[in-house]
Amino acid sequence: MTSLAEVDPKLAKPLNRRRWLRRVRGATAGRPIWRQPVTVVALSILAAWLLIALAAPLIAPYDPIAQSVDTYQGPSGAHWFGTDSLGRDVFSRVVYGARLSIPLALAIVALALLLGGLLGLVAGYVGRFLDEAVMRLTDLVFAFPQIILAMAVTAAFGPSTGNAILALVIVSWPVYARVIRSAVLTIRGEDYLNASRLLGVGPITTLRRDVLPNSVGPAIVLATLELGNAVLLLAALSFLGLGPRPPAAEWGSMVALGAQDLSMWWVSVFPGLAILTVVLAFNVLGDALRDRLDPRYMNGR
Amino acid sequence: MTLLEIEAVHVEHKPRGRAPVRAVAGVDLAVAPGQIVGLVGESGCGKSSLARVAAGLTAPSAGQVRYAGRPVTPLGWRRRNADEVGLQMVFQNPYASLNPRRAVGEQLLDGVPAEVAGPARRARVAELLDRVGMPATAAARYPHQFSGGQRQRLAIARALAPQPRVIIADEPVTALDASSQAQVVNLLVGLVRELGMGMLFISHDLALVHEIADVTAVMYLGKIVEAAPTRRLWEQPLHPYTRALIDAVPRISAEPVLPATLAGEVPDPANAPSGCRFAPRCPHAFDRCAEAPPTVATGPSAAVACWLHQPQPAHL
Amino acid sequence: MGALLDIDRLAVALPGPRGPLPILHDVSLTVGEGELVGIAGESGCGKSMTAQTVLGLLPPGAKTTGSARFDGRELLTLDRKGWQRVRGRGIAMVFQDPTAALHPMLTVGTQLTEHMRIHLGMNRKAAQRRAVDLLDQVRLPDPERALRAYPHQFSGGMRQRVAIAGALAAQPRLLIADEPTTALDVTVQAGILALLDRLRRDTGLAVAFITHDLGVLSALTARSYVFYAGRVVEAGPTGALLTGPRHPYTAALLGARPHGGQTGVALTPIPGSPPAPGELPPGCAFSTRCAHVRDECRTAVPPLHPAGPDRTSACVIRTELEVAA
Repeated sequence: MTSLAEVDPKLAKPLNRRRWLRRVRGATAGRPIWRQPVTVVALSILAAWLLIALAAPLIAPYDPIAQSVDTYQGPSGAHWFGTDSLGRDVFSRVVYGARLSIPLALAIVALALLLGGLLGLVAGYVGRFLDEAVMRLTDLVFAFPQIILAMAVTAAFGPSTGNAILALVIVSWPVYARVIRSAVLTIRGEDYLNASRLLGVGPITTLRRDVLPNSVGPAIVLATLELGNAVLLLAALSFLGLGPRPPAAEWGSMVALGAQDLSMWWVSVFPGLAILTVVLAFNVLGDALRDRLDPRYMNGR
Repeated sequence: MTLLEIEAVHVEHKPRGRAPVRAVAGVDLAVAPGQIVGLVGESGCGKSSLARVAAGLTAPSAGQVRYAGRPVTPLGWRRRNADEVGLQMVFQNPYASLNPRRAVGEQLLDGVPAEVAGPARRARVAELLDRVGMPATAAARYPHQFSGGQRQRLAIARALAPQPRVIIADEPVTALDASSQAQVVNLLVGLVRELGMGMLFISHDLALVHEIADVTAVMYLGKIVEAAPTRRLWEQPLHPYTRALIDAVPRISAEPVLPATLAGEVPDPANAPSGCRFAPRCPHAFDRCAEAPPTVATGPSAAVACWLHQPQPAHL
Repeated sequence: MGALLDIDRLAVALPGPRGPLPILHDVSLTVGEGELVGIAGESGCGKSMTAQTVLGLLPPGAKTTGSARFDGRELLTLDRKGWQRVRGRGIAMVFQDPTAALHPMLTVGTQLTEHMRIHLGMNRKAAQRRAVDLLDQVRLPDPERALRAYPHQFSGGMRQRVAIAGALAAQPRLLIADEPTTALDVTVQAGILALLDRLRRDTGLAVAFITHDLGVLSALTARSYVFYAGRVVEAGPTGALLTGPRHPYTAALLGARPHGGQTGVALTPIPGSPPAPGELPPGCAFSTRCAHVRDECRTAVPPLHPAGPDRTSACVIRTELEVAA
């Protein structure tokens, strides 16, 4: 009750909070990127992976798909990350995996964001029938476990890398559509949209200039989180023989392979670490990106 | 000559799964060039719904709004008619009426007429900013870099961009601090006088409207109960609700004097009382009030809807 | 006899990224038993921060100096337990937005009675009876029915009455009302003002009423403090203070409000905007906006000095000021 015996911390608002917050935030997020250590680390990790992908043949000591009799060797001087069940060098496979897993995951997420974002934007802005239609479509996709639906799609179109991408875009666009739609709904009634329409700006221009930039932030952050999911789903598909065909070095399928026998931890841990670093780096970058995109976080007056 | 005419406008909201709410139940208003018409009413009286219809943001469920003699087309999926951009609006919340992600200058440019081309466009933006007392450098900045009062000036500059002839100001200073309130009010009044625009100034603050409006209309539960030249309305309110509003304004005096209270609560517009809508709270209510009183003229640009003020039958 | 609430030379600084950010400077303020005291100023002037200090609601890391005594007991050094004793039974608060103080999913009755059962050790029946009494006291029509209703079923004014009833549950001696009528319509505001005045007369409740509206200040309070940029700039009996201001800021505020004068006459705005904490100009904080500024204003902060019966003003000008009309 109002006696404040149980105090809502929101009520204890410091005065001039807006300006004060701006100062506090401005001190961290408003700094140039090179002065935010976490972002620098994330950028360096991604740069390193890019280099590794480009220079894979120079870095990898072995052919990533060459099998040998040295199966299940632990990490050693000869095999830094050990070897897997077919005697393939895990280090070389991780290095080559960067060439496959990162671009594939990026492509899936980018396409899903584009498709889902567009549908969500239009659904939220136009509303009515279109909104109903798009939302029921997302319900339809949400009704199935992602992997089952992805399997069905690839099974229907035939297993290939391209169809795996298509399948994963089909199962992952609805989250973006929903997130963008709800962001659009919250700003649809904002008076700056009304104001620009009153000045004679057309609805499409308003959508592009006013609605899109103000609603895309959460979806971009979500996309960086979904990158990890994309890698894992892709792995599951290839494990089932519906994605990039074995023996292609793909991180997800490597993790899946190693997961069969955890006493040989190195088989799955190293590609798993590769996935982890990429996903984490993208997440951090996504956060920084969101801050950058929002002028409210830029340096004050 | 009138620039903006609101005729028998009704507005109905249809919340999902509930009975329609009649927010505005037949309102007539007119705004002439160089005139400030104040529209006063308490929350829920329908003044904001009326403002949106008057600006062409939403369609009335009945009645018509005319700007410069032509009916206003409510915004739809088409670009607004070029001959209607002279009807502009200033919104209540300056934190929500500017796009946070576009530089101020860009937002002002949206309204600069297409005839103004090339470098003249930027010059026009600087002119507009100057007009509202902001430096030209404001154009390159973003809304968050300004205080509430400054943002409202920027919003006014944007509304001025298409050289409007009528501005609808919906509670333009309610969200502002005392010092910026006076600044923004003075700016608006100055612009009206200088540019000969008409302005519909909507506010819950009768004292403020009294200060600036030429004509004041008082709205209660979707209807205008009284309209009159401002000074007359303030000095000789005819409608009991107008009187109650004036008496409720706290005043500065040497000894504390509590403002007069008004019995009851504003009824839910979804089931407004039949007959005179103010009757259940009116200290002067009598049997005739069970029937809705007609609006009768009581002088030049003055009218009241109350059974206490009916013209005397001619034969008496 | 000392005052019920006695704030003496209170200074508050909040933690900021570049070191402590001073918010309140040298604030002295008293509220007597059963007194209605007004605290006025624009947003960010420190009036709400003063209330938060008195209720122990300062954000973590806030630094305070000076003293704030309630009923003779120092508040600034209280521990958690001590605060719990003071809040509710000693000092209670109502806010501008009553919905912030009411849980939307619980009935008004549950919220009122639970509070009394926990903090006053009442049984269900007694708490219920008291809740009805309280709602009756704040003039809520049909209190029995109101107990079964949810907050959203009330209008803004009624919700504020319910919030006041809740604040009164533990019979506090001081009620701090932070802009309780700002979000309400004038006719509804009039009702709340009348209610607070009646509570003071009937129960001896002391009220500290925080507002930016000088009209409300005048209508309700006997004595007032005007805040600017974290300081008290003028204090005294409200009527005298508002009809004959001594500080240029008070005079400027009066000039900027609609004063019921001639129609068509412009208001007299105060140029510029209040400085943010940490960005105060040297000397008098109002000097950059003051119409009466002199050289000496820019060097030292003028202290509060006596300016008439029971009045103080923090300005180098020692005469009554004209209010621009």
